[in-house]
Amino acid sequence: MNRWLVPALALALIAASAASLLAGTVWLRPQDVLAAIAHPSDDLPGLIVLQIRLPRVLLAMMIGGILGLSGAVLQGLLRNPLAEPGLLGVSAGASLGAVIAIYYGFSASFSLASPLFGLAGGFVTASVAFLLARGGGTLALILAGSAVTAIAAAGTEVALNLAPNPYAAYEIMNWLMGSLADRGWDHVRLAAPFIVAGGALLLATGPALDVLALGETQAESLGVAVGRMRLIALIGTALGVGAATAVAGAIGFVGLVAPHVVRPLVHHQPGRLLLPSALTGALIVVLADTATRVMRLGGPPINLGVLISLVGAPFFLWLVLHVRTRTA
Amino acid sequence: MSALALRNLVIRRGARTVIAGADIVFHAGRLTAVIGPNGAGKSSMLAAAAGLLPPASGTVWLGADLLSSLPRRELARRRAYLPQRAGVEWPISVERVVALGLAPTLPVFGGVSPTLASAIERALEECDLVGLRDRPATSLSGGELARVMLARAIVGDPEVLIVDEPTAGLDPRHALDAVRRLRARADAGRTVIMAIHEVDLALRFADDVVALRDGAIVAAGAATRVMTEATLSALYDVRAHIRHDGSCSTVHFVD
Repeated sequence: MNRWLVPALALALIAASAASLLAGTVWLRPQDVLAAIAHPSDDLPGLIVLQIRLPRVLLAMMIGGILGLSGAVLQGLLRNPLAEPGLLGVSAGASLGAVIAIYYGFSASFSLASPLFGLAGGFVTASVAFLLARGGGTLALILAGSAVTAIAAAGTEVALNLAPNPYAAYEIMNWLMGSLADRGWDHVRLAAPFIVAGGALLLATGPALDVLALGETQAESLGVAVGRMRLIALIGTALGVGAATAVAGAIGFVGLVAPHVVRPLVHHQPGRLLLPSALTGALIVVLADTATRVMRLGGPPINLGVLISLVGAPFFLWLVLHVRTRTA
Repeated sequence: MSALALRNLVIRRGARTVIAGADIVFHAGRLTAVIGPNGAGKSSMLAAAAGLLPPASGTVWLGADLLSSLPRRELARRRAYLPQRAGVEWPISVERVVALGLAPTLPVFGGVSPTLASAIERALEECDLVGLRDRPATSLSGGELARVMLARAIVGDPEVLIVDEPTAGLDPRHALDAVRRLRARADAGRTVIMAIHEVDLALRFADDVVALRDGAIVAAGAATRVMTEATLSALYDVRAHIRHDGSCSTVHFVD
């Protein structure tokens, strides 16, 4: 089972991504998609596949992957199954940055303004959290992260409260709910370098995370530089999750749930969890984004972040109960 | 095999001096017990001896090498350290926990070689864990967990083994068992240092004893020479009686 886990998840991800290219308001046949990719043209299927669905599915994979990866790394680093990528203040900071761009109308004049402001916001909060926690241990980092999160969230609420008109408030709300609608190649090009770099840093912590299962003192005694590893995890999360939030808005639960889904399948080893958790996160977001396009509840399309919370929260509850009855 | 030597070691935690100038050699092939009341500085001295707590001044030597000049991984291969109440935070199997002790030996990528696999097997056998190898480490009893942690520490066959309170929280049989296994490591030629509150066990199993009080070494040397009624009474502020009963000596503290 263990040996086949990563190939099986990769296959499932490829299948889900392929299905995602077919599904939507306009349903395409597989041969249309293949033709559009093989011979790019300006006909309708070509435009839909290359300009709308392909960048969107790539973003869904990258964002889900980095959220699942970061969640697995942070749960291993903090040895706490409730840790998630938002813990260090990166998501709240990226949200605040993007909200500022919407509030002052930058995003109306320049479409990449909110992701760029979001990136900057994520990096600023991560740096502040790190400076506050400098010299302290892991607990100091969590506390600094939650303090910074609270400050950024307050800033976002101020923006909502003082929004110049209902339309701006609606736009901010909509952005905060997380979505991949209307994201294109510009967003892919903006987010990909940060997500890839952050992902590489996070993956590099794997072997040390295994040893950290023995606690920080024993890990130090076994040659793990715990302080340096904490810094690598923070930078990796700031780069990757900062970019993901900047592009798609706040998407919760993926980083929390993905590691739990695969943890029993890797025998609870924190280091072995990373790649399967990233693939699971990617799978969740690709499936959820496809669902938001297919589902029509009469009104406007349901947002990605909302759908994931709607399904993710009860699933997480079930998982907690299930794990408890099995291990007790 | 190499001895571990502390030279003029001073340790400060914040403004407080917890060890004020320790000068001591832990010899290879001997089991040394560090005794003393709570807060005497035993744990700090052991952590500094393991190279995990940088001293304010003074040096630690592992054989001819200055401990602070050794690369992390080499130090991790040559000395093992077990903190008080060492444990595991995820339900990882016993066998894999023991394998974590080989982390400093393993290449960054790639698996466990046959020689390393046999080292794991040996450590499991030595600590009587073969039947528990697939159990999650979080489901073990205190005595079993102590054996797993010891196996984790000795799997790489380190020259120096430093254990902080190996008997804390264990019943008499498991405590006896834990110290006996440390004794066996010393008999195999390794340098073994343990901090311990059970003076009976120290008297019975240790070759050497270091008595610490208020950050200073009060007495050090062969166990029978250090553990006198006068020294123990002064060390713990409680009147101590040592009763010799054939081959066995026991310490009684009376008010």
